[in-house]
Amino acid sequence: MDITLFGQYLMNGLMLGVIYGLVAVGFTLFFGVLDVIKFSHGDVLTVGAFTAFATYLALKAAQVPSPWLQLLAMSVVAMTSMAFLGALIAKYLVLPLRTAPALNTLLLTLMLGTVLREGVRLIFPDGSNPKPFPRLLPSDAFSFGAFTLRIDTVILLLSGLAMIVATHFLINRTKLGLAIRAVAQDGETAMTMGINFTAIVLITFALGSGLAAFAGVMNGLYYNEINFGMGLLLGVFGFSAAVVGGLGNIYGAILGGFLFAGLQTIGAVALPFASAYKDVFALAVLIAIMAWRPTGLIAERTSERV
Amino acid sequence: MTRTIAVLAAVWLAASASAAVAKDKVKVGFIGPLTGGTAANGIGGRNSADLAVKLRNADAKAKYEYELMVLDDECKPNVGVQVATKMAADRSVIAAATHYCSAVAIGTVETYHKFGFPIIVWGAVLPDITYRNKFAEVHRVNGTMINQNETAAKLMASLGFKKWVVIHDTTDYGKGHNKYFSESLKPLGGEILGTFGVTADQQDFTAELTQAKALNPEVIYFGGLTPIGIRIRSQMDKLGLNAVFQGTSGIKSDAYIEGLGPLAEGSLAFIEGAPIEKLPGGQMFKAEYDKAGYKEPPEAYGAFAFAGMKLILDKIEEVGPDRNKVRDALGKVANYDSIVGPVTFDDHGQNTVPIITKYVAQDGKWVVWEDSEYASGKRKLKK
Repeated sequence: MDITLFGQYLMNGLMLGVIYGLVAVGFTLFFGVLDVIKFSHGDVLTVGAFTAFATYLALKAAQVPSPWLQLLAMSVVAMTSMAFLGALIAKYLVLPLRTAPALNTLLLTLMLGTVLREGVRLIFPDGSNPKPFPRLLPSDAFSFGAFTLRIDTVILLLSGLAMIVATHFLINRTKLGLAIRAVAQDGETAMTMGINFTAIVLITFALGSGLAAFAGVMNGLYYNEINFGMGLLLGVFGFSAAVVGGLGNIYGAILGGFLFAGLQTIGAVALPFASAYKDVFALAVLIAIMAWRPTGLIAERTSERV
Repeated sequence: MTRTIAVLAAVWLAASASAAVAKDKVKVGFIGPLTGGTAANGIGGRNSADLAVKLRNADAKAKYEYELMVLDDECKPNVGVQVATKMAADRSVIAAATHYCSAVAIGTVETYHKFGFPIIVWGAVLPDITYRNKFAEVHRVNGTMINQNETAAKLMASLGFKKWVVIHDTTDYGKGHNKYFSESLKPLGGEILGTFGVTADQQDFTAELTQAKALNPEVIYFGGLTPIGIRIRSQMDKLGLNAVFQGTSGIKSDAYIEGLGPLAEGSLAFIEGAPIEKLPGGQMFKAEYDKAGYKEPPEAYGAFAFAGMKLILDKIEEVGPDRNKVRDALGKVANYDSIVGPVTFDDHGQNTVPIITKYVAQDGKWVVWEDSEYASGKRKLKK
């Protein structure tokens, strides 16, 4: 294969991997602290992207000219409001069901996802149709043969990676991260050590949902298009990535994200059959991996889960 | 006592008199995608069918009072069959205008046949819907993708394009477009360098488009609907893939242009029928539609939904609210004067005189090709 063509595939795959990874980290955080699977996660991403879009429209109406300022405001508004939404979901829907079977939480969040998705469609003006997400990043491009590299793609990729690294530091190098890890390891013992269990759970849900909003904004800036159904598939892919990486392990989630993106790209490019089967291929490989390592690639140590 | 009897008699007379004036209620149906990615088209169709019913109810000469039952097929075959069964099994519903999505329509025709429920397809363009079987219950006012792709291939060949890459969704709709376009293109000397099937809810097309770019085509032919049409066109730009974007009826919606902004410029689309203003009854339809105050636009197939529903109502007026009689009356429709032009059903219930119109996106609007600056040579489609 032409090296420039390979470079293009690699870039496409990395970009997808970062987006999947960010979603997967959310799943894994929630599972870590509460052992629950929150299926509305992908739809929180959608709501985040639409919040950013609405912020953009408001700023445009207020005639804020600088695209960087717009971008900053959009990201901050989307991430904080989704963090708030995530905490609300945790407080009023997930925590009250702590003693109920895990299946109930799963079903509840599945339904909540539909509510969020259809809510966006019905409440956002003309929400059934795809919306053009603004191009706020410089779109200068370099071309080497088949390889076209755009500055906006590079910026997105780097900021996505930066967000993952920042999350890593938050979890592993701060007091808050220590508390999250303690709750993940053993909630009751953590409480006896004076850690406010409820607060930590809410913060973890806020963190995961904020990351989803970030992924939503990134997704919008990368594809320049958002729609009410965008989170559905991203949720499924992100969840698969988290599971195959090892649910409860942050590195596993990131690894799973890149692995899934890589498999999709290989499925579309290198296999002789139609590219329509790329998801079939990628998910089939994940199933095989799960059969081989049921607890995921980075097997969780029973004592540590975050 | 006599006074009481007189009052009772008067009340009875008044009651029977008003009963004679009140019209019998007749139910008709509409099915289309009201939620999901193609909801805009479904809602436009629903409004248009609703308009046909409202206008008829406002007509003092109508024999019956009509009530419209609306169901949502979500553009999903399994849901479509469910709602089709629900409607067809309800014997009080006499006939219906059904389906925008081909994948749904092809799945439901058996159901309509089984229940003896006459329907008119208002938007789905897969030829097999009418031609695979010979069901007396199934009719269609719009043309098929065979007609559409012949016209498309002829136009593109006449413009001097030679090399295509085909991307189509893997539903019956997308596969049909791929098949009929490829067949129409071959005798005209066009070459298809590669064909990619993609899923209908795919978000990321960079892998397929990177491959397509390496093949260096002049035109990307896309057989599919608006949501992924927008994504593919937008991601072509991202990857620096400079080719003409040739779509089908599936992207001829206001949503396509709104979703892409300036990037939509120069995209091509082909639909059965003609723009509302150019349809024989278009002025009337548009004026009434605006007057009724619907929030959403009728979209590309609204006029067909209106024409289909009006045809159903006309036949019920003619032969009475009886499924079998309406079915037989629909089978005999020839040179029926509708807002989408004359309708004549062949023995498969297919309208044989569909009009095809070519469109190009110019300055944020779909412009009829012949009226565009691209046809006059003022602008050129970018290769």
